[in-house]
Amino acid sequence: MTSSVRRVGVLALQGDFREHLSVLNELGAHTVEVRVPHDLESVDALIVPGGESTTIGRLATLYGMIEPLRKHIKHGMPTLGTCAGMIFLASRVTDGDQPLIGALEASVERNAFGRQNESFEVDIPVKGLGDPVRAVFIRAPLIEEVGDGVEVLARHRGRPVFVRQANVMATSFHPELTEDRRIHQMLLDSLEAG
Amino acid sequence: MEPTNTETPNPDTALEASKTVEHGTKRVKTGLAEMLKGGVIMDVVTAEQAEIAEQAGAVAVMALERVPADIRKHGGVARMADPNKVEEIMEAVSIPVMAKARIGHFVEAQVLASLGVDYIDESEVLSPADMQHHIDKWAFTTPFVCGARNLGEALRRVGEGAAMIRTKGEPGTGNVVEAVTHMRQMTADIARVSTMTDDLLMATARDLGAPIDLLRDIAETGKLPVVNFAAGGIATPADAALMMQLGCDGVFVGSGIFKSGDPAVRARAIVEATTFHQDPQIIAKVSSNLGEPMVGIDIDEIPESQRMQERGW
Repeated sequence: MTSSVRRVGVLALQGDFREHLSVLNELGAHTVEVRVPHDLESVDALIVPGGESTTIGRLATLYGMIEPLRKHIKHGMPTLGTCAGMIFLASRVTDGDQPLIGALEASVERNAFGRQNESFEVDIPVKGLGDPVRAVFIRAPLIEEVGDGVEVLARHRGRPVFVRQANVMATSFHPELTEDRRIHQMLLDSLEAG
Repeated sequence: MEPTNTETPNPDTALEASKTVEHGTKRVKTGLAEMLKGGVIMDVVTAEQAEIAEQAGAVAVMALERVPADIRKHGGVARMADPNKVEEIMEAVSIPVMAKARIGHFVEAQVLASLGVDYIDESEVLSPADMQHHIDKWAFTTPFVCGARNLGEALRRVGEGAAMIRTKGEPGTGNVVEAVTHMRQMTADIARVSTMTDDLLMATARDLGAPIDLLRDIAETGKLPVVNFAAGGIATPADAALMMQLGCDGVFVGSGIFKSGDPAVRARAIVEATTFHQDPQIIAKVSSNLGEPMVGIDIDEIPESQRMQERGW
């Protein structure tokens, strides 16, 4: 990277992308709202936010984002997906058929805890982070199976809820809905390291 | 790939058996609305319509017995939908399902909560069941959305536990003018309050009929504490984009989709216009060849007693 200015893109087709943008701004990152392939050219890292994965997948397909996203992530762009973002980054969903990026070798079950009445928040320990993270799960997905290169950073009820595979991180929960900035900082740190 | 639930627990994460699990917190309730932002919530009356909405990219559907335009036409008392119909719609789609209860009808809300709907709309589209009180929404794990025309009304609903607000507009008209009025009013109220010094807030709370604590928060943050969608009269992609540019977080489309000539095409167009609300070229493209829109009603043609927005207190 020749420029010292690092830009973090947030996929802004639908969902709580503004929350991610405001966390990133608070941490001093330069941010870009990403909607069309051209927007990806100027970013060094990417967040795929929470939202409805079927809606995000449909809009991404329609506006030609799937292949450019695959290409940039495959070429090492540090990427964090939260909730719907985790689903969208995964290689497979256990039921239904929807557009996926397939950058994270994992099979994901949507709405794994049930409907909204089963949504919850809980403290979970995250590998390498010290104090537990307050994790907000909203109609959250769970990882059913992971591939060889996938490291599990946190679990809930024995199932992975925070994973990392090379440059890709994904959470079932929503770090952007709490005041805890450590997971976003992990993304920015990996950008520095890269 | 290996199944994850048979892995040996990692010592670093073995502490996970936490006692801190909490359901139905304010953050969990408002959080779902956060996830719906930038999206379109569509009224549907059958499982088939729900599937069309989902395939078109809706972020959620509102399960109803009749869309507002038909409620307006048929008259009589409008109530919660048949639970069986709500369940059929819940089974048909993977996106969140909302359903409407009458204002103040906490038993209809209890029924909808027991079905497991993802959001309850305490709605002026149905006939009110209580002329004084709204539902005590804190008593529910299921989150609520409520209509509002101004900041005072919005904060009364939030004070009762609403986790999401929408403009009331004038439902079933296909006429966006009232939604615009309500959104502009909300924005103006918030702007006014956020420049106020502390000594003015109590008198303003009295005038707006707003809880003082919530008003203090507005003065400090300059924004509503919950997500605010547009609703009531949105019928075209340009209507949706207009509401988004006026500062709404997303849109509800009631009668506008399934009362139009080609619902699937119109639904897709409104979804795209909502995401790309700042791009007139995309709005032009998706607005082309949409077929017949729903027939609109001029607000002046509706006697005041029949205006749904007047319901709620």
